[in-house]
Amino acid sequence: MIDLRAVRCLSMLALAGAALLGCAESPTTTAQTAAERTFDRAQVAKGAELSALGDCRVCHTGDGGRAFAGGRPLPTPFGTIYSTNITPDAETGIGRWSRDDFRRAMHEGIDRAGRHLYPAFPYDHFTHVTDDDVDALYAFIMTREAVSARTPRNRLVFPANLRPVLAAWNWLYLDARRFTPDPAQSAEWNRGAYLVEGLAHCGACHTPRNIAGAEKRGQPFGGGDAEGWHAPGLLAASPAPVEWNADALFRYLRNGFDAEHGLAAGPMAPVVDELATVPEAEVHAIVTYLTSRTGQTRNAPANERIAAAEQREFDAVGRHAPDRASEASASSAETQDAGEVIFAGACATCHYAGAGTPRTTPVPLALTTSVNAPTPQNALRVVVEGLHPASGEPGAIMPGFGSALTHAQIVAVVEYVRARFSDRPRWTDVNATLHGIEREQPK
Amino acid sequence: MNASISDVGRRAFLARSGALVVAFSLAPLQGVAQEKTGGAKLPGSLEKAPLLDAWIRVGADGGVTVFTGKAELGQGVRTALTALAAEELGIAPAGIVLVTADTSRTPDEGYTAGSNSMKDSGTAIRSAAAQVRELLIERASAKLGVAAERLHAKDGNVVADDGRRVGFGDLAAQGYAEVRAKPDAKLKDPRSYSVVGKSLARVDIPAKVTGGVAYVQDLRPPGMLHARVVCPPSYRARLRDADVGAVARMPGVVKVVRDGSVLGVVTAHEFDAIRAMRALAATARWDEQPSLPHGDLFAALQALPAQEIVNADRHDGAAQGMRRLEATYTRGYQMHGSIGPSCALALYQDDALTVWTHSQGVYPLRASIAEMLHLPAERVHCIHVEGSGCYGHNAADDAAAYAALFARAVPAHPVRVQWMREQEHTCEPYGPAMIAKLSGSVDASGGIAEWNAEGWSNSHSTRPGGAGNLMPAWYLATPFAQPVPKPIPMPEGGGDRNSIPIYTVPSLRVVHRFIPAMPIRVSALRSLGAYVNVFAIESFVDELAHAAGSDPVAYRIRHLGDRRARDVVNAAATRFGWEGFTRKPGHGRGFAFARYKNLAAYCAVAVEVSLEHETGRARVVRAAAAIDSGQAVDPDGLRNQIEGGIIQSMSWTLFEAVSYDATRITSVDWSTYPIARFADIPDRIDVEVIDRPGEPFLGTGEAAQGPTAAAIANAIADAGKVRLRDLPLTRAKIKAAIGV
Amino acid sequence: MIELDVNGRRHAVDAEGDTPLLYVLRDHLAMNGAKFGCGLGQCGACTVIVDGKAVFSCVTPISVLGGRAIRTIEGLGTPDRPSPLQRAFIDEQAAQCGYCIAGMIMRAQALLDANPSPSDAEIRRHMAPNLCRCGTHMRILRAIRRAAQRVPTAATPLRSTPT
Repeated sequence: MIDLRAVRCLSMLALAGAALLGCAESPTTTAQTAAERTFDRAQVAKGAELSALGDCRVCHTGDGGRAFAGGRPLPTPFGTIYSTNITPDAETGIGRWSRDDFRRAMHEGIDRAGRHLYPAFPYDHFTHVTDDDVDALYAFIMTREAVSARTPRNRLVFPANLRPVLAAWNWLYLDARRFTPDPAQSAEWNRGAYLVEGLAHCGACHTPRNIAGAEKRGQPFGGGDAEGWHAPGLLAASPAPVEWNADALFRYLRNGFDAEHGLAAGPMAPVVDELATVPEAEVHAIVTYLTSRTGQTRNAPANERIAAAEQREFDAVGRHAPDRASEASASSAETQDAGEVIFAGACATCHYAGAGTPRTTPVPLALTTSVNAPTPQNALRVVVEGLHPASGEPGAIMPGFGSALTHAQIVAVVEYVRARFSDRPRWTDVNATLHGIEREQPK
Repeated sequence: MNASISDVGRRAFLARSGALVVAFSLAPLQGVAQEKTGGAKLPGSLEKAPLLDAWIRVGADGGVTVFTGKAELGQGVRTALTALAAEELGIAPAGIVLVTADTSRTPDEGYTAGSNSMKDSGTAIRSAAAQVRELLIERASAKLGVAAERLHAKDGNVVADDGRRVGFGDLAAQGYAEVRAKPDAKLKDPRSYSVVGKSLARVDIPAKVTGGVAYVQDLRPPGMLHARVVCPPSYRARLRDADVGAVARMPGVVKVVRDGSVLGVVTAHEFDAIRAMRALAATARWDEQPSLPHGDLFAALQALPAQEIVNADRHDGAAQGMRRLEATYTRGYQMHGSIGPSCALALYQDDALTVWTHSQGVYPLRASIAEMLHLPAERVHCIHVEGSGCYGHNAADDAAAYAALFARAVPAHPVRVQWMREQEHTCEPYGPAMIAKLSGSVDASGGIAEWNAEGWSNSHSTRPGGAGNLMPAWYLATPFAQPVPKPIPMPEGGGDRNSIPIYTVPSLRVVHRFIPAMPIRVSALRSLGAYVNVFAIESFVDELAHAAGSDPVAYRIRHLGDRRARDVVNAAATRFGWEGFTRKPGHGRGFAFARYKNLAAYCAVAVEVSLEHETGRARVVRAAAAIDSGQAVDPDGLRNQIEGGIIQSMSWTLFEAVSYDATRITSVDWSTYPIARFADIPDRIDVEVIDRPGEPFLGTGEAAQGPTAAAIANAIADAGKVRLRDLPLTRAKIKAAIGV
Repeated sequence: MIELDVNGRRHAVDAEGDTPLLYVLRDHLAMNGAKFGCGLGQCGACTVIVDGKAVFSCVTPISVLGGRAIRTIEGLGTPDRPSPLQRAFIDEQAAQCGYCIAGMIMRAQALLDANPSPSDAEIRRHMAPNLCRCGTHMRILRAIRRAAQRVPTAATPLRSTPT
């Protein structure tokens, strides 16, 4: 979805950028290829872990494509950007890049040819990564399989397609400094700060952005957007009815799931897949830092909240509840909310706490973040597209209802779910948000 | 009812029968008499049912009905048996009605299992059809005054060389009720076959692609009621209470059934049964006990008491092992996972019970249900109707037992029990966990000098042969105990099936440890122990070949004495392009061979696998296979079975493991027990059928399971230089092995 | 009473609005094509076409189907007059137990209706929601390609038995 106001803002930056063109970086001249270098195995292993923390492979791999070979489309308010091929291929990848080239890209957002990279590549976070760690990443990347794959051309609107705009953007928004630990904090806190602000780049999705597409410094982790999904505010800023604490956040990040909050879906799913492969201490560090920045509340699980949420689901299914078994099925289709009838028929098979038979039970809807979020974006996405784990891997399967339900029916059931399962104000933009999602769907 | 139940088939059947067999008749018919014969053995199952008219009947209009005790499981046996009879009788397959497994109408051929249908039933039917043909020719000879040598059977007539003819119907009018089969029949020369050996269009497919009646799930007799079960949530669960009264008052509920911990509901309409089942389950309170293995499963199994069975023990002192290898191969539990959960209908009326079931063994099921209900066996009638693919002993018999119990609770109404997905997943008997510990050595010339194998496994068959193996019977107020299982003797074997390598090895010791105690419910899963044992043997042979510096295919040929085995190995290797294979980055090739049970079908499989280094994901890119099942009755049917076996085994091998906690099975649906989807399917599978006209039928259905598993493991070893030995070979395990 | 349009015919069905279409088809209308495989939208054995799109009838309540066009396999053709796709499945002998096949055919039909010449990758991706446990996938893909191209593949010629 192109954001026209943002485009106008960029036009002003373009003018500023033109003035800064004289300061453009120059290309480097080293010609040594990846094959000519050897790397220490321990350094490569360290780079592998750092790469998992930074989600390099997630972005730099296309759908069905080879690892790190790029080609993944990233929708932004300025158009679509394609991730680049960062395999060591000499022609189409970064096989000719020196260690210094790589450092400059990570710390300043400038490629080997001297061109500015788009901050969809979050160099504004990677700039905080130490030289040693960047070198380890370099060792890891340069020992991956070289894949010949040309990156598709970006499809950006004017003037976002002009790289000089980025010079101005960097001037305004890039704080190109390596991370410095805070001596007043623990080692674990500092590690967490280093990861979160650097490689893990949580704020890139979870912090709201200004009109120029830069993170708003005053609202860290206050909620943002990524690739058509809403990235909710974290911890104390979360709309979830059960408060987040360190334990819940750890479980969620490590396992992709927390029984009191729900499932990692959308762009967050591959992030938690990667976090499952790094040492637990790293995830604890991330949690420690985040909970200090955004606050956490009680430490006890909210039993009453959970029981109440389950009861809402139980009640929502009406005459399924055995204590109502004796009531005649008096309520007819006309007196019932259309959304309620759809929910009972389409959703209750799985989203019903009371069935008693051994089942895969989703987290009660009343507890999930998507049902309580300020925007219906995520709830709609899941209803329309469903959830599909990677082939051969266990994981929640939810069928998409985009074909079975009409537009009006999806609106009805999603509005019903919000009204029935959340204490927050009703959404007023379900219809419009759904139109936005439908416009993206392949025909 | 057992005729091909496509609409077309049924019309033809009803039109032809003189006496119309009403589908849901009330009085059970007499079972088919079984007798023993003296003297030379009769071919196949004729030994158990030697009267010709138990197998082949000719109607007054010349129409032929063939009876088999075997069942169509989707493996195409209906089409193959029809073809055999048609060939020997000289009529078109469309002129035959085949009646399958029915305790009132067909011979008792035990279970449709073990890939024995062609060997047992095919051999019998071919012989019986030939003998009926000769009998009719003799009668025609007398009638026409023409020597039998001048007569032949064609298109339902016996025809003389001078053109005169008499119809089968006339010749068969007086019947041949007391005629016993002879050991030798004048079988047609395979070189003259016009039906057998050609690929046949399956007679059941047209109905299946057009929404015809094809499965037990499609039966809708008048007055039928629907039922759902509330299964116990764990093996040792006992029902404390359930609000039967409230559920009985729900709309559409006819009856709530409770007998001890057996619990279910019967309704007029199907969705009402599901609603009521959910309500009933929600009110049910169970006492449960943890009983499932925890910690290291294989250590736990090996600690249980076991019966030692020595299956091979010979030592050639001259053999000198130089380089010694050891490896242990393991697999947890895997499920049948039939795509259509089990279903059965039952009707209890006038102290007699009729059950329509997709059980693999209607006769043993009848005996078991009779025992459970305290009825004489003659008052129980079990009829096989197709279900979805079962791949062994799944929950079909349990669904039938529940149907019988509920039918008794609402007499004179047909009751249809349909299991839910979660019930099939959690209650079905799985393929048992197995351990195969191998060691061996190669001599100075690289040959295998010595081979030792030790295997551990539960029983691979807890089929109903009594009420004690019907799951609902365990939960009745007066329960039946599950009997202590006994090992299946070799040469067939259970957990030791295919544990003896077929290779020429001077010193060989093979021991099986049969573990009777079953912490998790287990029984026969397609190929039984052969899947793990062939996986182990064929992985180990590759490891030995590697130690000997030899090509894996050449190494096998070197040690195979059987010419047919070598032919299959060479055919698969050639089809695959083993010589001159060029390895793309991240790709590898693997080969494996086995003769099922060391006495049945020969099958070799070669695969190319691509490994995604960063994720550990393995994908079978292509496969080539060769199969020798003896005389190939329906080559396309053989190909279908091997293609399917390769894909199913690929799914088992890369993805599948039943999960559980201390008390319950947690693989409850496809999200918690993923299987292969279209994204995992290879680009190509080529199957070469080696036809051996005149050779005995060797079966096909289970031949590809073991070789595919080992071929994949060998290809992963080739691609990633890592040897994995614990099934399934998941991404996580592969990634952990290949590292960064 | 809810009125449903199935294969171009109107049916008045006496069932609650939350009843999934699958049970109305099988129980009320005595149709066999759509099958119960899981009831959870995970396997596709129940697949039918609604307004041109493949849907899981096991999780589609009839309350949402008023005025919408439902197509089942019975509406494609009969054994005597199979549709091109059904014909292709018969010609390729694309079934083992066959339980998943009606769902596969409806899923494939929806693809071919929208895209008459899909690539192999498109076919595989489109068919992903449907499971087959027997491993008939190769033949299913061949049958779909055959119907799309309307030319015979290199399959071994079959000796058909006249029915």
